[in-house]
Amino acid sequence: MTGKVVTITSGKGGVGKTTTTANLGVALARLGQKVALIDADIGLRNLDIVLGLENRIVYDLVDVVEGRAKLRAALIKHKSFPELYLLPAAQTRDKTAVSPQDMIQLCNQLRPEFDFILIDCPAGIERGFRNAVAPADEVLIITNPEVSAVRDADRIIGLLEAEHKGPGRLILNRVKGDMIRKGEMLSPDDVTDILGIKIVGIVPEDENVVPSSNSGIPITLNNSSRAGKAFHNIARRLMGERVPFMSLEDSGSFFKRLSRMFSGGGG
Amino acid sequence: MRDQLINIKGVGDGLRITLDEAEEWNSITALLATRIDQQSAFFNGARVTLDVGARPVRKDEMMSVKALLDRRGLVLTVVLSDSQTTLDSADALDLRANVSAVQTPDLVDGLAPFNPEEEGTSGVMIRRTLRSGRTVRSAGHVVIFGDVNPGAEIQAAGDVIVWGRLRGVVHAGADGDTSAVVCALDMTPTQLRIAGYLTTSPQDKRQRPKPEVALIRDGQIVVEVWE
Repeated sequence: MTGKVVTITSGKGGVGKTTTTANLGVALARLGQKVALIDADIGLRNLDIVLGLENRIVYDLVDVVEGRAKLRAALIKHKSFPELYLLPAAQTRDKTAVSPQDMIQLCNQLRPEFDFILIDCPAGIERGFRNAVAPADEVLIITNPEVSAVRDADRIIGLLEAEHKGPGRLILNRVKGDMIRKGEMLSPDDVTDILGIKIVGIVPEDENVVPSSNSGIPITLNNSSRAGKAFHNIARRLMGERVPFMSLEDSGSFFKRLSRMFSGGGG
Repeated sequence: MRDQLINIKGVGDGLRITLDEAEEWNSITALLATRIDQQSAFFNGARVTLDVGARPVRKDEMMSVKALLDRRGLVLTVVLSDSQTTLDSADALDLRANVSAVQTPDLVDGLAPFNPEEEGTSGVMIRRTLRSGRTVRSAGHVVIFGDVNPGAEIQAAGDVIVWGRLRGVVHAGADGDTSAVVCALDMTPTQLRIAGYLTTSPQDKRQRPKPEVALIRDGQIVVEVWE
């Protein structure tokens, strides 16, 4: 097995990196993949909470890098999915505790044992970002349909291209079909127009996401949730399947057009 | 073979040293030291422009190569690279850092002009989209074959031509040349400056983008269809 390292990043904070990482991890595990999640947000760890694993942490990423714990001992197995593991971030240190080279070595240790290694990148473009991107085989850029988030995503894509990690694929998160129809929100077309990269997923706004994150049960386990369904579809696309984009509403001719566009384009 | 890893040539009043992008950093810097030592008298005192291509060079690596040159009497002044890591390292050491594409053209060194009446003026051509955070500066003209996204900036002493969508900040005639122009296939810059004049794009969304040119007429910037 040669695991694929996928880094989830955004530049801007609060657009849904951690939620996306947790949900893609769970969705891939449900699809029978062996998955390791790495929380690279040292000093501001969150991924353990969203996965409901906070109380199981004994060792963390920095303990492994500094040799106080074996990698195997630090990996936390998920309660419901025995093929899903989390390597939590340290909460008491900062980004400089780990170097990009450390992250590359760590991922090389994980690759033989996992199908996917997902890295939750911290916000910003500094050391934490460079750590998270260094080992990546593919980068997913999360953005929201608003100008400031798209601006930061553009900056991130530029940095990825300069490091030969780009351009990556885009996940458009928290999309509201009715606001787009009224012209009050950027449409997926508007966003790809600026960023010029392929979309791998469009996740609708869903008020169930916050309570599910709070309770540590990722939304993709909720079969009636549209956001959960969208994450499931992204996981299938990461595995190489061609999954048409779902229409965000029944009468949404716009999204139907889009789904035709992307199912044809192989994104 | 070894020679192709390092290319040293005289440019203006200094040296331009180009290092192979792929070769392992320690071995290429060692090779560079050897090359300089072989002709130390010739190289002594030269100002060096170092082109590392797309290679990301960390700050400590940049410091070591700067020290390597210092010890041999060479002064590292400019670093050229496509890697943001490298540019940041150079910035941190107070070196002038530029994207590789922005450099004085030296291809025509020693060649007679093809046609003296059509000598033209120098500039830079960049064949990709400039994303947010990128800056291009030139003492000549700037041509972008791609888009200029919001958050990107171009500053040129001459004209600016964008074969794509211009949405960032652009300053033509930055040294005060009021005859400078800005051309774009889709002209919606965040801010457009020519010499000392400044304008912004109208807020309303236009129907169909068309090529336009911006220039100064009667003391203000006007934008007209490019014909």
